[in-house]
Amino acid sequence: MWSDWLYVGMFFVVALFLPAAAITIAGILAPKKPNPAKQAIYECGMETVGEARVQFKVQYYIFGLIFLIFDIETVLLYPWAVAYHQMTLFGVLEAALFVLILLGGLVYAWRKGALEWV
Amino acid sequence: MNALQIIFLVVAAVTLASAGFVAGARRTMHAALWLVLTLLGVAILLATLQAGFFAVVQVLVYIGAIAILILFAVMLTRGLTEEQGAVHHRWWWLAALAAGGVFAVALVILNRWPGFQVLLEELPREAEAMTDWGLALVDPMRYLIPFEVASVLLLAAMVAAIYLAMSRPGGQS
Amino acid sequence: MSLWDFLRDPIGFLTTWFYGVLAGWGVAPGVAQAIGFALGSFILATGAMLFVMLLIWFERKVIARIQDRIGPNRIGPWGLFQSVADMLKIFTKEYITPIGVDWLPYNLAPVLSVASVLVVWAVIPFSITFYGADLNVGLLFVIAIASMGELAIVMAGWGSNNKYALLGAFRAVGQMISYATPMVVALLVPVMMAGSLSLNEIVQRQTVWYILVSPVAALIFFIASIAEVGRSPFDLVEAESELVSGFNVEYSGLKFGMFYVGEFLHAFTAALLFTTLFLGGWRGPGAEQIPILGFIYYVVKTGIVYFLTVLIRGSLPRFRMDQMMDLNWKLLTPLSLAVLLVTALTNKLLEGLALGWRVVVLILLNGLVLWVVNGLLQRYERRRVRREVTSVRRPVARPQQGGAE
Repeated sequence: MWSDWLYVGMFFVVALFLPAAAITIAGILAPKKPNPAKQAIYECGMETVGEARVQFKVQYYIFGLIFLIFDIETVLLYPWAVAYHQMTLFGVLEAALFVLILLGGLVYAWRKGALEWV
Repeated sequence: MNALQIIFLVVAAVTLASAGFVAGARRTMHAALWLVLTLLGVAILLATLQAGFFAVVQVLVYIGAIAILILFAVMLTRGLTEEQGAVHHRWWWLAALAAGGVFAVALVILNRWPGFQVLLEELPREAEAMTDWGLALVDPMRYLIPFEVASVLLLAAMVAAIYLAMSRPGGQS
Repeated sequence: MSLWDFLRDPIGFLTTWFYGVLAGWGVAPGVAQAIGFALGSFILATGAMLFVMLLIWFERKVIARIQDRIGPNRIGPWGLFQSVADMLKIFTKEYITPIGVDWLPYNLAPVLSVASVLVVWAVIPFSITFYGADLNVGLLFVIAIASMGELAIVMAGWGSNNKYALLGAFRAVGQMISYATPMVVALLVPVMMAGSLSLNEIVQRQTVWYILVSPVAALIFFIASIAEVGRSPFDLVEAESELVSGFNVEYSGLKFGMFYVGEFLHAFTAALLFTTLFLGGWRGPGAEQIPILGFIYYVVKTGIVYFLTVLIRGSLPRFRMDQMMDLNWKLLTPLSLAVLLVTALTNKLLEGLALGWRVVVLILLNGLVLWVVNGLLQRYERRRVRREVTSVRRPVARPQQGGAE
């Protein structure tokens, strides 16, 4: 198992190194002639107004919350899915109950209007 | 010292350092991004300890969901995203002392445990098989009740979160 | 050791030969393995990044044909070297770094966006002998590493000091996390059938392609993976008309190029994963005896899936934000849960039945689930109170009557 993770780790380092190296090489090859007009923030082509880091709406947060719940749920279901073939029908029914309870949560969110993007 | 121990120590040092940056960052967003690096470091530590499943779940849940949620929360708050003044409280050394004390106590307690000094051995590939775990989750003699309670807990968390987030100041939902 | 051995399995042959040479030099096995890993990952990653040039050419050609154009046709046969020329050009372009950027996130984002996709290649089984790491949690690793891509996008949006970039980035992340929900639920079906999370084992146990066992799960995964990549019809991340170009507006030169490479690589990797999980990976007649044949099957299948995504990209218009969210949360998520339940229960109930019959029943049930869920949702859609789509009439600027001419 160590050797597998070692390979993944090395691959990650290489995967970070390659684009970084390419960007650095291009930085050396490319001309560098900055001037204030060129370095202005582009945004939509007009002069920028106000602070760039604006406030966001709560919808993102709500979807993030629902996603978090489902994420944890599926993480719990993965070991179950791996053991599926060794399981009796009873075990499958229990997992079905688990999923149905969460489906109830989805229905609640839906009825409450949390799934509307307004 | 073998290569694995060196990797472990380096990653642990990076994790600790970025945890320090979380506390010391002057922008909330930077603190959140350093937190991601800390969580990633913990995931790598888990991988070196041959807990592959937990390493992956750490990335999936903590970086993929919770850190993203924190980023959303940062974007919700107004004014907090700008540069703040000094983040160092006058009594910061007291907090550092307390943290160091807790660490020392934990170290002493761990040192008494015989397993603490045993070198980690490479486990066989089957040792981490999730089949046993999956079967244990639906076995009434083992973890069936916690498994089902977890789903109820998640449901309650979802309902509560939606209730809190959706209620408007006027009392209307 | 003959020419046939080499042709049958070039990768395995070269690996054995390489380790043999190192052992001959007296290198310790552990060190030899580390060298082999470093070299292997370097070659595979470089190959993947260069392969993107071919993908860009292919995509431009297909999209051009859809739009009744010829596409690149000047450089090389059929314009094959167009991407090479583009790459050479982009290497000499200036980096324009706007004022007020957050240096570290701004520069880390393009690197991370490529790296997060590239790492997936470390666990993909290309043939029976040609795979990097056989992680026993391979599939979860692939899903988890996608969250790194989300972070890269957040960093790009945040670092750019640009409202539109930030807006685009958060839209992108909102979309990616939303579509991850039905995706991970749909992926439970192949895991369940194979009884393993290792991609290698999922392929090896796939005696029946899982697209036949659960066509609906495959469809959900296909749609969700297009959304994860952020391509048309889910490209509202870079909606030119509203967001200029999304999270990468303020990038130029090769830093922008890296986002571009990352996107194409991500699209192709999604096709690779679809093939691995639902189309039997490298499986095919004779693939176990002659690994190179398996690799060819794998490439052909992936090519077909990738062609489909390009076709979709070229023909579908963009979703609106609320439509995109509705599709995910009100159709795909309930559907994926329903399919998971039905597949798990039916397969367990019919365990005594022959595999062929089970598959037939499962296909029929999948169709039934799709039909029932679709019917329910259509009833909901009809009763749903919608906000008025058209806006209130506003005064339009018109030439003043009798005013100054």
